[in-house]
Amino acid sequence: MNTIITSKIVITTMIPMITGLLVMLTGKKENLRDSLSTIGAILTFASVLSFLPVIQAGDQLQYTLFELYPGVSVKLNLDPLGVIFALVASFLWILASLYCVGYMRGLEEHAQTRFYVCYAVSVGAAMGAAFSGNLFTLYLFYEIVSIFTYPLVMHHQDEEGYAGAKKYIIYLMFTSKAFLLPAMVIIYVVCGTLDFNSANIAQGIFPADADRYVVVAAYLLCLFGFAKAGIMPLHNWLPDAMVAPTPVSALLHAVVVVKVGVFSISRVMLSIFGTNILNETGLGLMTAYFVSFTILIASVIALTKTNLKARLAYSTVSQLSYIVLGVAMLTPNSITGGLIHIANHAFAKITLFFAAGCIFVASGKKDISEMGGLGKRMPWTMVAFGLASLGMIGVPPVGGFVTKWYLALGTIDLHNWILLCVLLTSSLLNAGYFVPVVLKAFFGKPLPEDEGLTSSLESQPLIMFMVVPLVITGAISVLIGVYPTLFLDLINLLVKS
Amino acid sequence: MENYLILNTLNFPILSLLLIVPVIGAIVAMFLRGDTVIKFWSLAVTLVTAFISLPLWSNFDQATAKYQFVELRHWFPALNLNYVVGVDGISVLLVLLTTLVMPLCVLCSWTYIKTRWKEFAVVTLLMETAMIGVFVSLNTVLFWIFWEGMLVPMYLIIAIWGGERKDYASIKFFIYTFAGSIFLLVSIVAMYIKTGTFFIPELMAFEFTFSFQVWIFLACALGFAIKMPMFPFHTWLPAAHVEAPVAGSVILASILLKMGGYGFLRFCLPMAPTATLYFVPLLLIMSLVSIIVGGYLALGQTDIKKLIAYSSVGHMGFVTLGIFLLNDAGIKGAMLQMINHGVTTGALFILIGIIYERTHSREIADNSKLGMFMPIYVTFLGIFSLSSLAFPGTNSFVGEFLVLYGAFDKYPLVGAISILGAVLAAAYMLRLMQKMVWDDSDGHAHHGDDHGDKGGHTLFDCNFREFIQLAFLTVFVFWIGLHPTPLLDMMDSSVAHLLQQIDAGSVLPEAVHHGESHALLENAGTWIKNLF
Repeated sequence: MNTIITSKIVITTMIPMITGLLVMLTGKKENLRDSLSTIGAILTFASVLSFLPVIQAGDQLQYTLFELYPGVSVKLNLDPLGVIFALVASFLWILASLYCVGYMRGLEEHAQTRFYVCYAVSVGAAMGAAFSGNLFTLYLFYEIVSIFTYPLVMHHQDEEGYAGAKKYIIYLMFTSKAFLLPAMVIIYVVCGTLDFNSANIAQGIFPADADRYVVVAAYLLCLFGFAKAGIMPLHNWLPDAMVAPTPVSALLHAVVVVKVGVFSISRVMLSIFGTNILNETGLGLMTAYFVSFTILIASVIALTKTNLKARLAYSTVSQLSYIVLGVAMLTPNSITGGLIHIANHAFAKITLFFAAGCIFVASGKKDISEMGGLGKRMPWTMVAFGLASLGMIGVPPVGGFVTKWYLALGTIDLHNWILLCVLLTSSLLNAGYFVPVVLKAFFGKPLPEDEGLTSSLESQPLIMFMVVPLVITGAISVLIGVYPTLFLDLINLLVKS
Repeated sequence: MENYLILNTLNFPILSLLLIVPVIGAIVAMFLRGDTVIKFWSLAVTLVTAFISLPLWSNFDQATAKYQFVELRHWFPALNLNYVVGVDGISVLLVLLTTLVMPLCVLCSWTYIKTRWKEFAVVTLLMETAMIGVFVSLNTVLFWIFWEGMLVPMYLIIAIWGGERKDYASIKFFIYTFAGSIFLLVSIVAMYIKTGTFFIPELMAFEFTFSFQVWIFLACALGFAIKMPMFPFHTWLPAAHVEAPVAGSVILASILLKMGGYGFLRFCLPMAPTATLYFVPLLLIMSLVSIIVGGYLALGQTDIKKLIAYSSVGHMGFVTLGIFLLNDAGIKGAMLQMINHGVTTGALFILIGIIYERTHSREIADNSKLGMFMPIYVTFLGIFSLSSLAFPGTNSFVGEFLVLYGAFDKYPLVGAISILGAVLAAAYMLRLMQKMVWDDSDGHAHHGDDHGDKGGHTLFDCNFREFIQLAFLTVFVFWIGLHPTPLLDMMDSSVAHLLQQIDAGSVLPEAVHHGESHALLENAGTWIKNLF
């Protein structure tokens, strides 16, 4: 493995930030503003794509921007783990920015410029987190994501919006200040550096003779510090953040924000602590059991929700923990399963949210009980929704199956029947809360006032802006189930090292 | 003396010029007529002073811990008293901070001060001389003269141009700080009697006995703790801040509070090293209490200025915490935190001044929902609020990180407790930001949709003058936040030297240490008996 020093990788983080600035300046001209957003997204994706061959060849890219103190710097480093997250997030941003046009104009939302600026900067900061080469840089971008998604959550500026946003920022800022900051300082005191060891996931950066109690303390602080990952009991902000406009819930609260959380946890586990130390102290397995609770309980709560977005939110809480579970089991198979779920969950969940938003804009329906017969009026949307649901449940050939396959292999490698049961039970629960929605839409009775309405709801131009992206993401979530090689190869590079 | 000093090699007496230019400016201002002329004159004087100070940055020799740019004139040979000024890595940044902040003080008073501009200009310029004097004096008498010299102008600024309770606030300020400095004078005289010199580097080199160190430490520390201010001597600060005009608040926050920290580093630590070690637990506890009490009180304020004032108590707690950790990261972090607080809190007070001129209220509830009307203002408010809560990438983060690093390295428990202060900082700043930028849930948002004149005021956005001040400070927020190395390098030698002084001075054997502390208690006992 070679480390190539190049300032080019700064571009990927800069493009969304510059996009945000341009959007702010062109705020008055709506069409220009919205196309700039999309162009920025395409350029961001292109820039990540341009680095892909180098990463696939087994090399890493690195660049140090600022040195604050010896061992503490703003440093970017692109490795297979980072490139997976960056690819997924930047690609979905393209579709989401198209979807936004339909949604925001369809509902005639206010303060659209502020919305687009914060949206772009948040994605940029997520890119930064994916590219970060040390814990400080990760923390920096993690916090920028928190601050810039805050206005998005309270976008509607009503009582509910303020309350949700308040909860959001309190959870995220409190945990990062109270847990993450001391964790970072402790790691710096013990290791003398905050740079990730991205060359070898077994080693980490801790010296061999580090006090085990300190290691455990630092680990626990990190685990709870990244509250964006939605691990219980620090998951409560996520359902309340669903007051945000749906494009925010879709891209940010299914892909960017929460994935920054699980990505950060995975990153810290693999590149700061390393699998050796986690195995030796038993922290890996402890984490696996701990997140199992989240997986099961969040699924049970999801069963009780009748609002579609709320159900999706709890489903997200549950699914995010699969990723942590996979990494925490610390076997090559389970890590593969966990990390590939970053992509699988992203594509499937964004489809589900897009569909929920599309249904809301087209028909004004939020509650599952009102959605009877919707499959006939919005066939494309509901088919995509159904496919994505299969992905969440883990039915082949959709992407989610690959995840569960590898996770199950991981539990068998460990001969751990408890975790295997957790996986199987949770799959049943997933089916329990997704299948009724699909059944209702296609076979359920419409509400009395909708009786006899058969006209398509998907034909208006603005709705098309929403349907096309969600059909694409739905299709891709099947595609990466059939052909997962791209991501598997990247993860292999990581696991083999 | 050559052991301590490097004489000024520039072709002009830079430090003396810094001291004399504002005084000349003040004298000339007395003879000028017309507010506009005086405004431009005082701006010009402060700018010239700032310009003169720049070689301190470019010509500073980082490799040495000696005092630089020194000027030495015989003054009162009979008492071995000289006029001697110089800077080292500890004071040079504070001098630069002073000279760079003063033009902003004039600018932010431009329309805020409406009466008696001539007197205001004179007092502000004299204040500048006194503040620079404190940082550059290498002689305890000179130091004390400037230290006391600051009191009167500051008193006048609060008492003449202050708010409703200005009499109360100005007297309180005066009594508190004056009481502190009396003790300082006593220890200066005591040290002179013991050593026969007023020269600071010689006093640092002198090895006082332990009991003597304890007394001078306590006397000095009291004065500096009041100035900082540390809990429980902090109550003058909110009163002074709230009543002071905007320039007064900026001077107080940016520079005056730093004198306490500077005093600790210049007097207590090097002159009484053993006593310092003896009192470390007490001062660490006081620092922690300041951090938490300051943060907690800030959380409950409805007056923006009070909120920032209490947040200053918390931030200064981090400074004393860093100083008394007595390690490299702690002291560097503390010094950086002093600069950062000067930049960030200064800017926050300027921001409050700007909004006060528009709404004539300092209540959060009266100044809510500004995001709709004042986007530029709100952007700056966001930047400086985040800086104040030590957001990564901004200046305060570096200082706080270094202090925390020093703390966790030496006393993990102290570090863990101080984290609470960091959490509180996030809580009160985010609350302030949320309420000022968006919220109108308190029902006081009188300006609603009528964008302006109906309510008797107009919420127009920042003008060019205001923009320049804030943009200037923003540069420092990100510069220090992302590239603090030049500043840390400037401190490096002096901090190393300081730590060496403490180590060298603290080698008193344990037995002596123990015995003397008993003797000390006995002394105190007899002294109290005699008193009755």
